[in-house]
Amino acid sequence: MTQTVDIPGTIMLDGPMATKGYPLNKMCYSFNNAAARNEFKQDEEAYYEKFKLTEEQRDAMRKRDVIAMLEAGGSIYYLAKFAGLLGLSVQDVGGLQTGMTTEEFKAFLVKQGEI
Amino acid sequence: MAKLLGGIATSHIPAIGVAMDQGLENTPYWKEFFEAYPPVRDWLYTQEPDIAIVFYNDHGLEFFHDRKPTFAMGAAAQYENADEGWGIAEIPPVTGETELSWHIVNHLIEHDFDITVCQEMKVDHGLTVPLTLMWPGHKYGHVKVIPVAINCERHPMPKPSRSYAFGKAIGDAVRSFAGDQKVIVMGTGGLSHQLDGQRAGFINKPFDLYCMDKMVDEPELLTCYSNYELVEKAGAQGVELNMWLAMRGALEGEGKLKELHRSYHLPISNTGAGLQLLATDNAR
Repeated sequence: MTQTVDIPGTIMLDGPMATKGYPLNKMCYSFNNAAARNEFKQDEEAYYEKFKLTEEQRDAMRKRDVIAMLEAGGSIYYLAKFAGLLGLSVQDVGGLQTGMTTEEFKAFLVKQGEI
Repeated sequence: MAKLLGGIATSHIPAIGVAMDQGLENTPYWKEFFEAYPPVRDWLYTQEPDIAIVFYNDHGLEFFHDRKPTFAMGAAAQYENADEGWGIAEIPPVTGETELSWHIVNHLIEHDFDITVCQEMKVDHGLTVPLTLMWPGHKYGHVKVIPVAINCERHPMPKPSRSYAFGKAIGDAVRSFAGDQKVIVMGTGGLSHQLDGQRAGFINKPFDLYCMDKMVDEPELLTCYSNYELVEKAGAQGVELNMWLAMRGALEGEGKLKELHRSYHLPISNTGAGLQLLATDNAR
């Protein structure tokens, strides 16, 4: 799909972004496996190297900066596996991306039903 | 001839599976959501379908970006679930079937849908949560499932009009199958939601209600959207409407549908969660 006009706050995971994000997404895909999750927890830096993450991706991971991960080509479906590894819910991740606390984010979700 | 009894559209978010595992159905957060399901379960109990064709999207269990099919379907005697990485409990194997599956494959290729065919595939929450919702306690083993995966994760993805036509071709294939099986179709996912970006948490209730309204008699009004427009109106993951449209497409050609159930609850996790049951004249 050719994206002509940006939708604010939305990074489309299209072909070029999937190319850019490939190492990061491949690493997160590996987290389907419990042994891989443990290996990551033992030595994160070695794990970044194993999947040849770009410097931008490593930096985003180190800072746990979800928006930066998306900008580096991360797919939310794979990043969700990383969030799970950290014990974060999708509401936690929503809060992290929008600058809200998890409770504020949950309240924001509820509010959209009040119309 | 095999008969289509109807279609069910339902949310498939993983939190539902977790809530059922933990027995949270009657807690304040979940009560209203789960109360919508018994009428649909009762209908299934009465109709006794033999086969369920389930349109879902894989969220990175079977398919990664190394080989990501646009449309894929299973033709296997059994499908397994597996660790998805973030804590939803694995469920017992899903029963498959191969005869109607191969018939559909042949029909699709003959009608210009050049799909990926999987004789082995792991099925993720997109498929397992709806099964668990319809037959709680993992009592779905008697139903033969045909999984149909539509790419809803990485652009480009099939256009809504194409997903609808794809579903229609599958419906035609079922109607031309020389068996006496009773078949249902399921569209899973949605409705509006966005998990990623500064716009995370976006839900569009009026649009969701509009979609459920048009799904009954005027689905063509929904197939005119592009996926870009769906992202704009329904959030980045609102493109999961494609699975609802494939389900509805399969029922095209069945004449006037009876809407036996419709409910909508917001929020469930980050989504507007819809449930809809459309029956054909083949249903009892």
